[in-house]
Amino acid sequence: MIEFLDWMLPPAKSTMAGETDALFYFINIVSFIFLVGITIAILYFSWRYRRRSEEDVTPVITHNNKLEITWSVIPLILVIIVFGWGFTGYLNSITPPEDAYEIRVVGKSWLWEFHYKNGAVSVNELHVPANRPVKLVMTSSDVIHSFYVPDYRIKRDVLPNRYSSVWFEAIEPGESVIFCTEYCGTAHSDMIASVIVHEQKDFQRWLATSASEGEDQSPVDLGKSLVERNACLTCHSVDGTEQLGPTFQGIWQREQTMQSGETVIADENYIRESILEPNAKIVEGYNAIMPSFSGSLDDRQIDAIIEYLKTID
Amino acid sequence: MATEETARIKKLQVQRYKPEENPKVHFLNAEKGIWSWLTTIDHKRIGIMYLASIAVFFFIGGMLAILLRTELLTPAQNFVDANTYNQIFTLHGAIMIFFFLIPSVPAALGNLILPLQLGCKDVAFPRLNLASYYIYVIGALFTLTAIFTGGLDTGWTFYTPYSSTTSGSNVLLMTLGIFILGFSSILTGLNFIVTIHKLRAPGLTWSKLPLFQWSLYATSIIQVLATPVLAITLLLLTMERALSIGIFDPNLGGDPVLYQHFFWFYSHPAVYIMIVPGFGVISEIISTFSKKTIFGYWAIALSSLAIAFIGFLVWGHHMFTAGQSSLANMVFSFLTFLVGIPTGIKIFNWLATMYKGSIDMKTPMLYAMVFLFLFTIGGFTGIMLGALSVDIHVHDTYYVVAHFHYVMMGGMVMAFLGGLHYWWPKMFGKMYSEYWAKISCAIIFIGFNMTFLPQFVMGSQGMPRRYYNYIDQFQPFHQFSTIGSYVLGIGFFIMFGYLLHSLLRGKKATANPWGSRALEWQVSSPAPQHNFEHTPVIINGPYDYHKPMSEFQLGIAGSHNGHGSDADISQTNKEQAADKAK
Repeated sequence: MIEFLDWMLPPAKSTMAGETDALFYFINIVSFIFLVGITIAILYFSWRYRRRSEEDVTPVITHNNKLEITWSVIPLILVIIVFGWGFTGYLNSITPPEDAYEIRVVGKSWLWEFHYKNGAVSVNELHVPANRPVKLVMTSSDVIHSFYVPDYRIKRDVLPNRYSSVWFEAIEPGESVIFCTEYCGTAHSDMIASVIVHEQKDFQRWLATSASEGEDQSPVDLGKSLVERNACLTCHSVDGTEQLGPTFQGIWQREQTMQSGETVIADENYIRESILEPNAKIVEGYNAIMPSFSGSLDDRQIDAIIEYLKTID
Repeated sequence: MATEETARIKKLQVQRYKPEENPKVHFLNAEKGIWSWLTTIDHKRIGIMYLASIAVFFFIGGMLAILLRTELLTPAQNFVDANTYNQIFTLHGAIMIFFFLIPSVPAALGNLILPLQLGCKDVAFPRLNLASYYIYVIGALFTLTAIFTGGLDTGWTFYTPYSSTTSGSNVLLMTLGIFILGFSSILTGLNFIVTIHKLRAPGLTWSKLPLFQWSLYATSIIQVLATPVLAITLLLLTMERALSIGIFDPNLGGDPVLYQHFFWFYSHPAVYIMIVPGFGVISEIISTFSKKTIFGYWAIALSSLAIAFIGFLVWGHHMFTAGQSSLANMVFSFLTFLVGIPTGIKIFNWLATMYKGSIDMKTPMLYAMVFLFLFTIGGFTGIMLGALSVDIHVHDTYYVVAHFHYVMMGGMVMAFLGGLHYWWPKMFGKMYSEYWAKISCAIIFIGFNMTFLPQFVMGSQGMPRRYYNYIDQFQPFHQFSTIGSYVLGIGFFIMFGYLLHSLLRGKKATANPWGSRALEWQVSSPAPQHNFEHTPVIINGPYDYHKPMSEFQLGIAGSHNGHGSDADISQTNKEQAADKAK
């Protein structure tokens, strides 16, 4: 049975997961025992007391207070145990240690943005050190999202105009998936990111280099990797497929009609504006749904993306 | 109380009235033509109109579910795009909850049976009852308009700020539809409360009230008290959208979590509006088919009221991850567990009723057993969700989806189907094929478990709900679940087939095919137009199977029913048994 329950849960990769899992096992096992008992009673009674003739006479048993009290008090004790257990586990999960490493998280429809203390920013990839508590301070730039890492057993809603936080301590280097679990519109199910856990040293190295990343790359290559990493492809295709946003294929110098009726040629300034103020001009037939990348992409990165977009045809 | 009663004792002449078998004139054919149906104030006809309406909505909601499951066969796009998928799950939820589940037992079965079980001719306010039905229809029209003019994709919960920024005016139409619908629910509840208080037959004291009535009573209280909160919430949402008054939208200075509090303050009690009347149906069925006094009458009756009361205080368990204070989370978690206790009491009492009974496994009883099994799973997984630390992990995943389908469909829908099969002869005077009914019940049971058991597993593994795409590791579970939903669909089509056959060609039913002691079975099938040709007198409890049937067919001797002269009642077989009356 434990093996089956183990299979029901994702791998436990945070310090907190063990306690949650233990309660999960406990409730499942106790419930299973009760369910088997009830099922056996149903089947046995149905067979043992099946109707033999229409003249069957049944005994008059109206109630039994001892029984009523027994089957009220035993479940009551069990649920109080479950309540206490669940509550203490919850208290641990909302009380981050003092020395937790803090990372800011912004949920946008439909991507996750992570801001680190040294100014580094990553999209859809949360880099954290192993064996060190990490506290996420989260907010949303539009509707409600929810930050969920199944491997860590943590989840917290991310609200606009408000901060919420969650903490965890990853126990080993590796990768885990992040889901958005509060319905947020068309690409809700594509709002998937991953946590990448590094050894302490590797994490420091990643932090130091991420700001100057791509200096040894050509602008086109850097732009390509930025477009992939910043979740642009959730809505924009590079092969002409119709998605939520206009395709990148042949976008350079393309003439497009806007909702306002004016026509615009996709040049450097238009692309730059579309990244930093996406809702300033909306191409006809599309909705104003793109979040702003102002603050998460710097000038060098925007230049690289423009260079890359020039090459897609 | 006893002294007060003795002071008011009045001697009544009673006699036995045996129900007429297969009467030529009954409520279905006493008046003819479509107009007589549309303007009827007969509670039974209104009940049947509700039944037909919810059947239509159940079909629409069910087909939407099949579409959803078919799309989920593969991780990426299968045959609908993301926006369509989001609209489909929104409509599936909204239709099933507001247009099927909430009116299913109270408005449809309740209307049909409540006055018959109380021994009165109709509900207290028959015209209001008809008005409730038309309010329901108007609400439904608004909703259908919203569907056919482009749909909406907010989820049935309409969470702000998403719902205040998307889908254009359809959100307004839909919420307005549900706002209107709420009044139907409130008025039905009010009608039932007054009827149960004021129109009980002579001798029908509170301690002899059938448990179905107790459950309808508890449900009506919730309907009257909770539904206005939904109405206010939806009105505020409409004001925010239409007039840009900042209440919930943070961009206008509002608070999105406030909306969740308001919404669940109604919608959690609404869960009990859906399930509590189901408990009542199950009590009736188990006692009848075990041919035995119900075990723990007061335990079952009062636990319904306890659930109705505590059910008002647990709404916060929908927001454990939303950022309410730890204290609030603790209190809501604790109260959530408390509400599990009366539910458990019911299950044990039903089992105890079967002990040493004379169990006839007819279709309604089979559904009651399916209910016991599935609802128990639904209850235990509810305990899992009430535990704070575990809920953090499984909140908003398929675990929750599976849990509430076990409660709502495995619980409520099974109870409803049990009740439908139980009272079918009383409604239409026809029997259905017992053979096909059992086969369809078995297929529904298998299909249901195939659909929703895998969802517990993938939910525990982290599959979030309302996902159009999913990661590959979940595909086997989704595929198994989809196949299960097809099996479930086949089960319902068989049911549709044999019920239709029963209506057209079914064998005639006797007045009391199950040998029940309950009052509604002491009139002919289908019921007479005005229910009772005499004023019934109650001297025994509704589950007193040790008393002879003749003691359950008493009426005031010589009195007339108000619809003819009193002279045509032949006074035979006078019994002086009755000693109680108001």
